[in-house]
Amino acid sequence: MPDSVMQNSFHLDAVPIRLERCGKTFAGGARALEPLDLTIRGGETIVFLGPSGCGKTTTLRIIAGLESPDAGGRVLFGEEDVTALPIERRNVGMVFQSYALFPNMTVTENVAYGLKVRKIARADRARRVEEMLDLMHLGEFAGRRIDQLSGGQRQRVALARALVVRPRVLLLDEPLTALDAKLRDSLRLEIDRLLRGLGITAVYVTHDQGEAMALGDRIVVMAKGRVAQVGTPREIYYQPADGFVADFIGTMNRLGGVSRGGTLSIGSATLPWTGPDGRVELLVRPEDLALAGEADGHLDGTVAAAVFLGDRTRLVVEPADGPALTVDAAGRSELGRGDRVWLRVDPARLLAVP
Amino acid sequence: MLVGLLVLLPVLRLLWEAGDATVLGRVLDSPATWRATTNSIAIAAGATLAAALIGGPFALLIGLTNPRARTAMSFALILPLMIPPQIVAIAWTHLAGSGSPILKPLGLAPPVGTANPVQSAAGMVLVMGIEHAPLVFLALRTALRAIPGDMLEAARASGAGPWRALRGVVLPLCLPGLVAGLAMAFVAALGNFGVPALLGVPAGIPMLPTLIYRRLAGFGPSALPEVAVLAALIGLVACLGIALQTILQARIASRLPGGARPLAPVPLGTARAPVELLAWGVLALLVAAPLTALLATSLVSVYGLPIGFGTLTLAHYREVLALDQVGRAFANSLLLSGSAAALLALLAVPLAHAMALAGGGGRIARAVGVLVELPHAVPGVVLGIGCILLFLKPLPGLGVSLYGTLWIILAAYLVRFLPLALRPVQAACAALDPTVEEAARALGAGPLRRLVTVVAPLVAPAAAAGGLLVFLTAFNELTVSILLWSQGHETLGVVVYALEEGGSPTLGAALGVIAILVVLTAMLAAGVLGRRLPPGVVPWRN
Repeated sequence: MPDSVMQNSFHLDAVPIRLERCGKTFAGGARALEPLDLTIRGGETIVFLGPSGCGKTTTLRIIAGLESPDAGGRVLFGEEDVTALPIERRNVGMVFQSYALFPNMTVTENVAYGLKVRKIARADRARRVEEMLDLMHLGEFAGRRIDQLSGGQRQRVALARALVVRPRVLLLDEPLTALDAKLRDSLRLEIDRLLRGLGITAVYVTHDQGEAMALGDRIVVMAKGRVAQVGTPREIYYQPADGFVADFIGTMNRLGGVSRGGTLSIGSATLPWTGPDGRVELLVRPEDLALAGEADGHLDGTVAAAVFLGDRTRLVVEPADGPALTVDAAGRSELGRGDRVWLRVDPARLLAVP
Repeated sequence: MLVGLLVLLPVLRLLWEAGDATVLGRVLDSPATWRATTNSIAIAAGATLAAALIGGPFALLIGLTNPRARTAMSFALILPLMIPPQIVAIAWTHLAGSGSPILKPLGLAPPVGTANPVQSAAGMVLVMGIEHAPLVFLALRTALRAIPGDMLEAARASGAGPWRALRGVVLPLCLPGLVAGLAMAFVAALGNFGVPALLGVPAGIPMLPTLIYRRLAGFGPSALPEVAVLAALIGLVACLGIALQTILQARIASRLPGGARPLAPVPLGTARAPVELLAWGVLALLVAAPLTALLATSLVSVYGLPIGFGTLTLAHYREVLALDQVGRAFANSLLLSGSAAALLALLAVPLAHAMALAGGGGRIARAVGVLVELPHAVPGVVLGIGCILLFLKPLPGLGVSLYGTLWIILAAYLVRFLPLALRPVQAACAALDPTVEEAARALGAGPLRRLVTVVAPLVAPAAAAGGLLVFLTAFNELTVSILLWSQGHETLGVVVYALEEGGSPTLGAALGVIAILVVLTAMLAAGVLGRRLPPGVVPWRN
């Protein structure tokens, strides 16, 4: 499918989306979303990432028109203010975690539904449905009932149904969560190339950081109804704005150190460091810690657990003081519980927690 | 909102009428009122106890353990609820009377000339107990079904044996269901007309529904103010019963997590065969025996003769089907119950859908949902009298009175049976994935289009099942019809009652058998439909 998308003439307008002071307070006073300002560029794929209850789905539903923002909030598609429009008049495409296909209709009828609503003439409708089914490699399933499809096929039908009406924006609410791991990976790749090929503005909600990193042009990390950080996957990963983002994305180690006069003391080692004097808390990724010999190591500790992952072995190392550290060794490493190891730290890769 | 107000009109009109102080004083002073009221309360309470003693054990047996043929067992137990009370009462008089086609050959029938033993207070308690045992059974079974299976497993993992775990964990959790069933059985017994009319009146035991009927039949509309007070009295007793239920439930209710795996049945082991034998023996005695007596009476050439090859005849069927009023009644009952079923099934879909909505609209719809339960919860007499009062005068603006026409009966059926149609559709709507409708919205479909193209097809089986339940109940309905019928506008229930009352037991029996066959057919149709429905919509399916 993916390559054919590239060659297909099917291309959608790239409409930018602007959220202005969009907050949401539910009846009873619960604040689901603090007022939020955000501009999504035309053709961009933006991913809302966060744990459940962080406000990501509420934001998506405000963009969709399934929820309205609190008074004062505005949603703009291009120059058009759509705040007062219900979802059925916003011309958005939406894909749900539960697929939300119409179980009383066939694949073709599902995909044709939005075109029927738009009163597209029968011949035109049939042509567009067929095109879309081919694009999604669903041609052979056209006459099937929904309960005769696998999960991956269902989600492709849901995508076809959302895209066939040429929406201004594609909204995806945890579309891969209901699928098993292997299918999730392959469909994620398909969605990625589909979004690039179509050039459509897309908003993707997930709690899975792997999906967010793979799909997002930019990621909006959310927590407790607030935006914690907006940035490209690399920015989010390497320059987390705060401890929450650092912990939520990937695995992060915490090191305690003392900065004094241009040097940093960690354990028995002293490294060059610029920063104000005093205790600092430092973050470092497992891949930025290296196993070393006794002579050139900065920290020493005991292996508390070793998890063989095939391409690498993930070690949990307990230093003499401070929290346990996660570090990766080669897959063939023979290190195991109780072994003494030395770790080397690259000061350039250390992040001080703001 | 309009629906909610409309269904309440008859009840409100009744209360207005009953509020007249002079009539109120006169009726409340009359000793006949108090005799009928105390009889009604005492016999209804007795019947409730009987219903609990029959329905409770069956619910536990079928809901918790593993007898074979559970669906057939449920079906047999629920049958008396589906058969109209006057026919069950007739069947029992034939079974227990001196001419009994079953007891006589065994030499057990009472001697000719003595009173029929079921025509007594005890007989009414027994027959209404059997009639309403399914209510207790269904309520308790539903409660058992809602108990998560892992709760029993957790109790057993803590070291409790299966029976101890049932006693300690499961039974306390299903008590609210039992209380609900008891309340339903009590209100049903209180409002029952067929059983007191056929078993109580001959024994000289007046109850409130029969007292109302006799006053109204004797004095016509001039007795209306008086019977309105009596009807309000029944309504009051029923409300007290429901209030007691609510208080009890609030004290014992515990919240259960939804969507859990149901209880796994506890194997009966070596006790399985004896327990099954006992269960089917009870069913044979309580359900099969009276129905067999009814069938035998309908087939025997001369009432009272033993049944055999020489006395077997279909003449009563030919005769009863040739009667003018029977043909009319069939047509009327088919028309009334059929149109009530169709209209209510159609109405139930948008109403149930609105009730499933979040937000203000949903709240209003859910309030209406509570209101529409009222005319079904109070005894039918209350509604019947309310409808007479409401429709006696010509309708405003039209200048036509519905009183004395078929339409007053239809109006009463629509109001009374709306909850029957609504409940299954409501369950189906609540089970719908809300995102399916959101997907239709995203594709641009407005509310009406979504209702027609997405919601309605998905809940259609439930609406059909609800319609069938309405049809089943309305087809043989007596309590409301007996108050509202007029010459030429008889319903089947009224004619069966009139034949028995008029001294044609064999004809009454024959018509009763025909009515039961119609009920069975509709039940089987509902059963077939039920395979496509979530559990609990068709009552006797497991």
